[in-house]
Amino acid sequence: MKDLAINGDSAVALAWKQVNPDVCAAYPITPQTIIVERFSDYVADGEVDTEFVCVESEHSALTVCTGSCSAGARTFTATSSQGLAYMWEMLPITSAMRTPLVMAVANRAISGPININNDHGDVMSARDTGWLQIFAENVQEAYDISIIAPRLAEHPDVQLPIMTNLDGFILTHAIERLTPLEDSVVKEFVGEFKPFMPLLDYKNPVSHGLMDGPDFYYEHKYQLVQAMEAAVKVIEDVFEEFAKISGRKYNMVEEYMCDDAEYVAVVLGSAFGTMKVAVDSLRAKGLKVGVCMPRIFRPWPADKLAKILDGKKAVAVMDKHLSVGAYGPMYPEVASAMISCEKIPKAYNFIYGLGGKDVKVADYESVFESIMNGTAKTVNYLGVEE
Amino acid sequence: MSSKPIKDLIKGDVKLTSGHRLCAGCPESIIARQVLMSTDKPIVAASATGCFEVSTTIFPYTAWNIPWVHTAFGNGAATGAGVEAAYQSLKRQGKITEEMRFVAFGGDGATYDIGFQALSGMIERGHQLMYVCFNNEAYMNTGIQRSGATGFGASTTTSPAGHVVPGKTEFPKDLTMIIAAHDLPYAAQVSPHNWRDLIGKCEKGFECGGPAFINAISPCPRGWRFNSEDGMKIAKLAVETCVWPLYEFENGKYTLTAESKRIAEGTLEKKPITEWFKAQGRYKHLLSEDNAELVAKIQAEIDRKWNRLLALTKL
Repeated sequence: MKDLAINGDSAVALAWKQVNPDVCAAYPITPQTIIVERFSDYVADGEVDTEFVCVESEHSALTVCTGSCSAGARTFTATSSQGLAYMWEMLPITSAMRTPLVMAVANRAISGPININNDHGDVMSARDTGWLQIFAENVQEAYDISIIAPRLAEHPDVQLPIMTNLDGFILTHAIERLTPLEDSVVKEFVGEFKPFMPLLDYKNPVSHGLMDGPDFYYEHKYQLVQAMEAAVKVIEDVFEEFAKISGRKYNMVEEYMCDDAEYVAVVLGSAFGTMKVAVDSLRAKGLKVGVCMPRIFRPWPADKLAKILDGKKAVAVMDKHLSVGAYGPMYPEVASAMISCEKIPKAYNFIYGLGGKDVKVADYESVFESIMNGTAKTVNYLGVEE
Repeated sequence: MSSKPIKDLIKGDVKLTSGHRLCAGCPESIIARQVLMSTDKPIVAASATGCFEVSTTIFPYTAWNIPWVHTAFGNGAATGAGVEAAYQSLKRQGKITEEMRFVAFGGDGATYDIGFQALSGMIERGHQLMYVCFNNEAYMNTGIQRSGATGFGASTTTSPAGHVVPGKTEFPKDLTMIIAAHDLPYAAQVSPHNWRDLIGKCEKGFECGGPAFINAISPCPRGWRFNSEDGMKIAKLAVETCVWPLYEFENGKYTLTAESKRIAEGTLEKKPITEWFKAQGRYKHLLSEDNAELVAKIQAEIDRKWNRLLALTKL
C-alpha cells in the first residue's frame, strides 16, 4: 500500500478495517470520535464482516461489547471523555470477566467545565480498572497500536481488555503521513480470534459474571495481577514480531537521549514528540537532557523506568491530568518506581495542557530549565494564568 | 396456550436446576423454568443484577445448565443484545450454523427503572432477544425499596406506611404499554399461576423474529408479606382483581387472554381491590377506616386502566 496523508481517527478506522472485527458497538456521546463514523463507512460498503451496533448510550456500548466478546466475537469499540466516564461502571466488570476487547480512547478532558479538547483526564480516571493501556505519540503509532492491541488482549496468558490511547484533536484530527501495512499482512499478524469458553458454545455451557463472596473476590482480583505480570513478556514478544512485519520497533518505555542525560522528563502521548524537539534545542546548547515515554501505562513499567532514571540528577514528570488536592496521576507512580534506584533522582511534577491548553516547545524547555536551576516546586502548574 | 401438554414439557432438558438460593416460595425460578420450556432451540440467557442473578450464580456454583451471562444492574437488555450481536455476526460469516435463541431476565428495578433505557434501545434496534421482567414490584434484592413498579399505597422500606404518609403515593408506570408503544413484534403480561398461558406467550415471543417483551407478575413473600406457600394464589388474585391483566400485544393488536378474557366476557367475576389488599401485609394499613378514600381512588384507577385496555382490544 502507498503512504497516506490521514488523520488519527481515519488511521484507527483503517486498522480496524484490516483487522475486521466481528462486532463493534458504539455511541456518539459528546465529544464524539470520528473513528466509528469512518468505520461505519466500511460496514456500509461491505468491506468488513462486522455487526455494527449503534447503541443508545456508552454504558450499553461497553455492555454490548462485553456481551459479544464473552459470546465469542472479536470486538472493538471507541470512546472519549464523557463516554469513557459513562462506561466506567462496566470497565472493571469487563476486565474481571476477562473479555479481551479493544477500545480506542481519543483522550479528552472530563467535564466540568464541559470541554472537548485534549488531556488525559478520561484515561487516567480509568487506570485502576484492570485494562491494559497503550499510548500513541503520532498517527502512525495510533494505527500500529490498533493492530498490535488484539494480540496483547487475546493472548491466553493475558485475556484482558485494552485501551489504545491517542490524543484528542492533536492526533485524532491532525493529518500526518501514514505507512500502512498490506491487508494480508495485518490479517496474518492478528490471526483468528480463539475465544476462551464462549457463551455461543452452547454444547459446553458456562456461566459468565458470577457473584463472588469474600472467599473468592480477592483471589479473582489477584488473577488480574498475574495476568498483568504475564502481559509484560507478551508485550515484548508481540512488539518484536510487529517490528518484523513493519520495521517499527516499540518498547515498554520509549527513550530519547536518556543514556547520558542528567535531567529527564517522563511524558505520555503526543507531547513526547514536542519534548524531543525541546531536548534537541537544549542539547544544541550543551545541556544533558532527555525524555522518555511509557508506551504501556498498564502494566506499569516500573522496573524499566527505574533503570532509565537511576542516577539522574532530576526528573520532571509531566501529567495531563490532576488529582485535585494531590498530584498528577503519573508523578507518584514514577516516584514509586524510582524508590528501587541506587541513586534516586529528585522528582518534580508538572501539570500541563489541561482542557487543550496549548503547550509549546519553549514551555517544555522551561520545564528542563526549572529542574536544572532549582526553581521548580514539587508540583508545578505549567502555563496556568492565576 | 402452550403448544405442548405438560407431560411433554416436563420431559424437556432441565435448563435451570434446583439448589439455587432463592427464598422459599419465590416464583422467579418457576417463571424462568416456564420461559425456558418454551423453546427447544439452543438458548443463551443473560441476567441483570438482582435476586435471580445472585441466587442462581454464587461462585463457584451455578444453577444454569445453559450458557448464562451477567454484567451489571442497568444493562440486562444490552448484555443479551451483545450476545445476540455476536451470534448474528458469526452466523453471517458461516462460523455458526444452528438457529439459536436469546433471553434476558431482570427484576422490575432493572427493567422499569435503571435498565429502562437499555431495554428501550435494544427493542428499537430490533435484536432477536426476548426480555423477561420478574415484576415483584420493588427492589427486593436490596431490601424492599420502592420502584417505578410498586403499587399505590404499598409499604416498602423507602415508602413506609407512617402516621402521615400511607405508603407509596404514586401509581406504577405501565411498562407493558410503554414497551408496546415501541411497536415491537410481541409483548405480553403473564402470571406463573397460569403456565399454559405463560408458555404459549413465550413460544410466540421466541419465534416472533425480533425483540419480544414478557412482563411476569412475581409475588414476593418477603416484600409483599404473605406466607411462602401462597405465591401462586396471590399471582392469580392479581389477575382476578385486574391489577395484572393477562394480555398480549402482537403485531399492533391487543388481545386479552386466560382469566382476563373471561372477566371481559363476563364469565369470571372481577374481584374488588380490597381482596388484593387483604391478602398482603404491605397493604394492611389501607384496610383501616381512615384510608377508605384511598382505597376508592385506587379502585377507580384500576377500573380506568382496565376499561382502557378493553377499548384497546377492540381497535
